[in-house]
Amino acid sequence: MIVELGHFSLILALGLAFSLALLPTIGVYQRQPRLMEMAGSLSAGLFVFLLLSFVCLAYAFWTDDFSVAYVARNSNSALPLQYKMSAIWGAHEGSFLLWTLIMGGWTLAVSIFSQGLTLDMRARVLAILGALTIGFILFMLLTSNPFDRTLPVFPADGADLNPLLQDFGLIVHPPMLYMGYVGMAVPFAFAIATLTTGRLDAAWARWSRPWTNVAWAFLTVGITLGSWWAYYELGWGGWWFWDAVENASFMPWLIGTALVHSLAVTEKRGVFKSWTVLLAIFAFSFSLLGAFIVRSGVLTSVHAFAVDPERGMFILGFLILVIGGSLMLYAVKVSGIKSEAGFDWTSRETLVLVNNLLLVTATGAVLLGTLYPLIYEAMTDGKKISVGPPYFNAVFVPLMLLLFAAMAVSPTSRWKKTPLIFFTQQWKPVLASLLIVGALVWFLGSSFSGVVVLVDAVALWIVINLARDWWSKVANKAQKLPSLLRQTMSYYGMLLGHLGIAVALIGVCTTVYYTEEKDLRMAPGDVVSLAGYEFRFNEMRKVQGPNYVADQAEIEVLKDGVRQTLLFPEKRFYEAARNMMTEADIDPTLFRDLYVALGEPIDGTAWAVRVHYKPFVRWIWFGGLLIALGGFTTVLDRRYRAVKQARQASLTAGVTV
Amino acid sequence: MSDSNSGGSADAPTEAVSGINKSLLIPLAVFVALVLVLAVGFRLEDPHFLPSELIDQQFPDFALNELNVSGRVVTREDLIGQVALVNVWATWCPNCLIEHPELMRISREEGLPLFGINYNDESVKARKWLVRHNNPFQFNIVDDQGKLGIDLGVYGAPETFVLDANGVIQYRHVGPVTRRVWEETLRPVVDLLLSQSSPSSKIVEG
Repeated sequence: MIVELGHFSLILALGLAFSLALLPTIGVYQRQPRLMEMAGSLSAGLFVFLLLSFVCLAYAFWTDDFSVAYVARNSNSALPLQYKMSAIWGAHEGSFLLWTLIMGGWTLAVSIFSQGLTLDMRARVLAILGALTIGFILFMLLTSNPFDRTLPVFPADGADLNPLLQDFGLIVHPPMLYMGYVGMAVPFAFAIATLTTGRLDAAWARWSRPWTNVAWAFLTVGITLGSWWAYYELGWGGWWFWDAVENASFMPWLIGTALVHSLAVTEKRGVFKSWTVLLAIFAFSFSLLGAFIVRSGVLTSVHAFAVDPERGMFILGFLILVIGGSLMLYAVKVSGIKSEAGFDWTSRETLVLVNNLLLVTATGAVLLGTLYPLIYEAMTDGKKISVGPPYFNAVFVPLMLLLFAAMAVSPTSRWKKTPLIFFTQQWKPVLASLLIVGALVWFLGSSFSGVVVLVDAVALWIVINLARDWWSKVANKAQKLPSLLRQTMSYYGMLLGHLGIAVALIGVCTTVYYTEEKDLRMAPGDVVSLAGYEFRFNEMRKVQGPNYVADQAEIEVLKDGVRQTLLFPEKRFYEAARNMMTEADIDPTLFRDLYVALGEPIDGTAWAVRVHYKPFVRWIWFGGLLIALGGFTTVLDRRYRAVKQARQASLTAGVTV
Repeated sequence: MSDSNSGGSADAPTEAVSGINKSLLIPLAVFVALVLVLAVGFRLEDPHFLPSELIDQQFPDFALNELNVSGRVVTREDLIGQVALVNVWATWCPNCLIEHPELMRISREEGLPLFGINYNDESVKARKWLVRHNNPFQFNIVDDQGKLGIDLGVYGAPETFVLDANGVIQYRHVGPVTRRVWEETLRPVVDLLLSQSSPSSKIVEG
């Protein structure tokens, strides 16, 4: 009964989404404020019914209602409660319900926090979000309904959640990622709304900016968590695979990064307006494309959901309608728009343009690499190939190094025109970074690598310039602390974000070059040394988990004969799903991880064991979180609140006149 | 909402729409190309079932090395005797990794022999791959030149053939074997073959 209620409220939500798309739009074109005002309450209603629907599905999981096909396929009575809840988004249907719920949440948030917009603009934006939601709900009801029953014959127990997903990282990774994907719908809606009015002014950049930054920050958190999860859960010790689905989340992030920067320029300087609109369309388009890649089965990956041609056709149609329509609108409406201000080639505007071009090129390269197997398959009559990391690293790394160089000099640049001396002076921090990093690598590194010196020096150069810029804001002030506090939150967000990039860069480069690993056969009592540590295989034992049994190894880690830690990697057998899983054990510290994973048992007591020493690997995710924190920080900027209040005041004034 | 009078502020000022700047159509053109690629990649017919010239034919003759036992040569005779699955796989094929747990399960639970054809691959890598991910196969035929693959009309990896007890190919599946593929496609074929008294008679419905 509860399940039918969930299904029913999803249908009601569809009705509300239709109303939200239509009524305010009619209001806009017939100039009826009453209809336009309905957007707010319709958004709230839409969210409430989506939430109700979601809660009903959660209830079905909670009560082990295996007559619901989706629950039977993805849960089990022995599954711990937290995984029963995360199993809601453990597969296609439920994860799309979460996606749609988040869409409803963003729509509601826009309706609440956009009181400062004109009524007309607000109605347009919410109607566009409503129209997108129609597509999402229809997709669920027509092709992937999580509430389908398997009556009258239903299984006594469920098939269990995929063991790979029974993990903390997977409880939080999809919601964060979807917050990012779906959040990109907000700047998209602002862009389309602005295009439909035909007035592309800098105001829309100010409206979109906080939304874009938040969505982008969520996407950053999602990707970072995904990378962290892959590292400790897949048992290969890798943290990025250039897998089709990873790329699907990375492309909107790259475009989102470009958008975050170009929005800043559009807001401050009134330039790049049409370009920024295009980026806003692209950012959301890549989110949808990601959904298509993941859910249609067109490309295979470790993440792939069940393949179903109907779903693929639906999403492809939706893509054509939404993206094709937006780009058509763009082509028609943007003609004739001129930038208000010019700028010199030595300006900060130019640097942001460089940033944008590099990011868009990188996105194009990732897209090509992701789709190349498809193109190849079509041209060679079905030979399946993988492009793999060699291609991505070869094209991506040089682009990023150029980008980081542009990023390093950006704090010294000025709007409009920068005195050339500012740039030529840069040889000092560059030289200093090279010397410092060179010396560190020389004394501390196990071997000297020019690439590591170069890349880490770029990271240090970024940090030095950020610090100098920060200091220059207070250097000649009498009261240092108050003037530090007076800097805008946008500025601090930028500092954090760029610092995060430098931290992640150091992590990536150092890990890639200085990781040591061994695959070997170990029996109890065996010792292996790696990177100055000794790993002693003490014993194997059987461990009983809630829904699995495991072979657990005890591995003692010693340095110079002193015990550092004990590690307990496991090989788990999940009974319901009849799946073997490798559970690595890690000793993490700020400067290195020790990573041990079990392979297969070899004759009697011996096991294949994989041991890694990974220096600085934590820095990658720490950097990612800093970047996200930067994104969140910008929203706290007083400017956005001030703008809202000012508008509110002027509007109220308008009413009383 | 208190700002009821600000509604309906303006519709599009429609100057300068007459001539569309051609360069603004570039993004649209790129998108159309992209859709074509996706649509081709996503063919309308189910790409996982391919009619094979070889259905109802004897499995082709071969004499090739076994992957894990150096010096052992396997031939068609080694496949004959009971209903079996022959799976074409390679380390370069991500789909093979996806179907691997299901193949492991089938070999553990279904009492059905699985034979591997390691197709267009490097044997050293392939051996490591099997150690890391477990080996569901009774033995693996080294087809590093891809010759057996050509005889079989292999499209790409993974592909799975169902053989009856006489070594006659009865079914061919292209793409990963998932639980669903096993339950809905392969198992009915296998069950039918197992239940038939004369194993070489033809299957009407796959």
